[in-house]
Amino acid sequence: MQNIIKIIIFLIFFFIISVFYISLTRETNYDTSNLINKKITEFKVINADETGFYTRDDLKKNDFTLINFWASWCAPCKVEHPILMRLSKSKKLKILGVNFKDKDKQAKKFLSDLGNPYDFLAKDINGKQSVSLGIYGIPESILINNELLIMQKFVGPLSLDDYNKIEELIK
Amino acid sequence: MLSNLGNILLFANVILSFSIIYNANKSLKTSSNVINKNIFQLSLIQSTLIIICFFTLIAAFIISDFSLVTVYQNSHSLKPLFYKIAGTWGNHEGSLLLWAIILTIFSFLFLIYNKDHPKKFRLLTLIVQNTLILGFLFFILFNSNPFSSLSPVPSEGLGLNPILQDPALAIHPPLLYVGFVGSSIYFSAAIASLISNYTEKSFSYSIKNWILISWCFQTLGILVGSIWAYYELGWGGFWFWDPVENASLLPWFAMTALFHSLIVFEKRNIFYFWVIILCLITFILSVTGTFLVRSGILNSVHTFASDPSRGLYILLFLSLMIFGSIFLLFKKYKNEDYKLNQNSKETFILINNWFMMFYLITVLLGTIYPIFTDALTDNKISVGPPFYNTIILPVVIIFLLFMAIGPKVKWIKNKFKDIKIYFYILLASCGLNFLIIFFFKSYSVLSNLILISAIFLILSSLIDLTNAIKKNKFDLARIISHASFGFLVLFIGLNNIFTIEKDYNIKLGETKKFENYSIKLQNLELKNFKNYQAVIGELEIKNVNLNRTNILKPEIRIYDNPRTLTYEASIKTSISKDYYLTMSNIDRSDYYNIKFQKKPLMMWIWVSVIMIVFGGFLRIFINAKHN
Repeated sequence: MQNIIKIIIFLIFFFIISVFYISLTRETNYDTSNLINKKITEFKVINADETGFYTRDDLKKNDFTLINFWASWCAPCKVEHPILMRLSKSKKLKILGVNFKDKDKQAKKFLSDLGNPYDFLAKDINGKQSVSLGIYGIPESILINNELLIMQKFVGPLSLDDYNKIEELIK
Repeated sequence: MLSNLGNILLFANVILSFSIIYNANKSLKTSSNVINKNIFQLSLIQSTLIIICFFTLIAAFIISDFSLVTVYQNSHSLKPLFYKIAGTWGNHEGSLLLWAIILTIFSFLFLIYNKDHPKKFRLLTLIVQNTLILGFLFFILFNSNPFSSLSPVPSEGLGLNPILQDPALAIHPPLLYVGFVGSSIYFSAAIASLISNYTEKSFSYSIKNWILISWCFQTLGILVGSIWAYYELGWGGFWFWDPVENASLLPWFAMTALFHSLIVFEKRNIFYFWVIILCLITFILSVTGTFLVRSGILNSVHTFASDPSRGLYILLFLSLMIFGSIFLLFKKYKNEDYKLNQNSKETFILINNWFMMFYLITVLLGTIYPIFTDALTDNKISVGPPFYNTIILPVVIIFLLFMAIGPKVKWIKNKFKDIKIYFYILLASCGLNFLIIFFFKSYSVLSNLILISAIFLILSSLIDLTNAIKKNKFDLARIISHASFGFLVLFIGLNNIFTIEKDYNIKLGETKKFENYSIKLQNLELKNFKNYQAVIGELEIKNVNLNRTNILKPEIRIYDNPRTLTYEASIKTSISKDYYLTMSNIDRSDYYNIKFQKKPLMMWIWVSVIMIVFGGFLRIFINAKHN
């Protein structure tokens, strides 16, 4: 009996340590693989000049849409900007920019300084819509097709690899 | 230059630790009963050198020597002197050095203050403690070296994190570390006692005061951290059940259980293995806490660059400690046969321990459960205050009642003679509670029960005090700590029940009224400071009934580097209550959002904790006098 208790105690500690080890070696960025192939069920963001909304129906019109969350105050957004500019040349892909918790003036200056890669521009002043779409921090981008299925989610600034991946996915 | 000096001192400490272990080992084999003098000398030199090493790092911070990576990353030449010094332990590398210092100094003090104990036990404690020291020194040298140099030398440092520039946060880590790391010495002593079969009750004398010292500092550390959270984080609370806070609470539960069960061991020579287990658990929990906080597995969402090797090292260290202790404990464990009378002090103290273990397990589960679900099922969950409140609060009621009765129960066998008096006390507590309801307002059943049990504890402690004064034989330390704990629960309860919270959007010149108060935004001022700009609001809080006014000045600060917005609460503390006011701007409007809170008895919450600690220090003082 005593031996069984000893073994159980040993196993409990072993289990705890192993879980700690697993969490340590895991990618600390949260995993987005389980989002892929899920459908966007709710989507409604106000457009940048506050004249209307973009909804699911608007997204269905495009073959592929990349929803990019950005802000003028976000330094990594500047890093990914050239990639977005390159992507904007693609005919199949439309880019919807969601300006996140930003000031209009600064957002406009950002785009006039660096170029505007967005086919559509929306904004999310208090960040509520973005959070409901599972956005943790910006920049983040979601690639969806015309059936509104999420094909890929990118956390952090888009890299050249991400660019190639997107090109591959929308072929 | 300082970099070389620091590294040399660290290496010297490694060598000293090795030679202490070697000499102690050699001395173990000799038959003489005295410990070789050179071990004392080595230990003294070791402590001196590590202190010099720490002062070297402080010096580097004071003169802003940016050739050290740590200084470059965590300091700035324009920082006030006080925060330059506090910056020494405000970062990962420096705080590890602080760990090593406390380990070393405690090792030396334990050696010189325990002359009456068996030589073998003392030497083994020294060896185990120095093994721990070596573990940390290696970690410091090869992974987190505060003396790593940088070339070319940058002209200015990076760090000026505004939220950390705060006097409470400057003294918070050292206090907490004395508690955390102080528990290492009774970890070592427990291991040594197991190996050398030193199971007599005199073993308890060797560790008693060390447990109390670490407990007092741990409590103070938690208090200072809570006070900081209260006035800096701007929402009026002082405890979040946040994993980092929980990490400091876990060893506290273990320590509290430990020094209570030690009383039984000292008196009746039972519970030896339980005491040992608690000694081991306390330090293991301290290291686990450090692992959770330092490895970055807790705040996973936005850590783009955390260093996994750090966590790996601490985890390795932790596993060695855990499995080493388990192995040794299993080898030496003998079933203790004790027959406890249900009505005896032993039983009551055992009950205290079960409560502590219950709290410990609850908080531990709440803290690590999210890590488990994340690692095993990819599910991100967070465990928040509702979990802890629903599980812990009802249990507190019974805990307080036992806490009141327990100390009065006699050893071995007790007859409840004065059961009547407890009945009267309970009646009086209910009466007082209903007086509060009658004069102010009613509250939930749970709150009623908590207040009643808290008052019950306070009243019984006060009656103890008067009885004790009559007999002139009293256990003042215990009475103070227990009564203060009752007061703490009472004040937290009342504070929760009677806090008034109001939220308004307000414009310059506007007045808002509620109950018998009026708030007016009198003035707004824009001021430029050295590294930030501030919008300072001037609000007049008027108590219409008493015709008393208070001016509060909350701030919105815009820091330049890095560009961040912080909201500074304005707090007016008085004996009976705190006024707590925060202000934030609303985009594109003249309105400001203000959040006003009236928090009764806030100050007394802090005072109660200080009194609890005072009881602890008093006990240490009395113990020291007796020896």
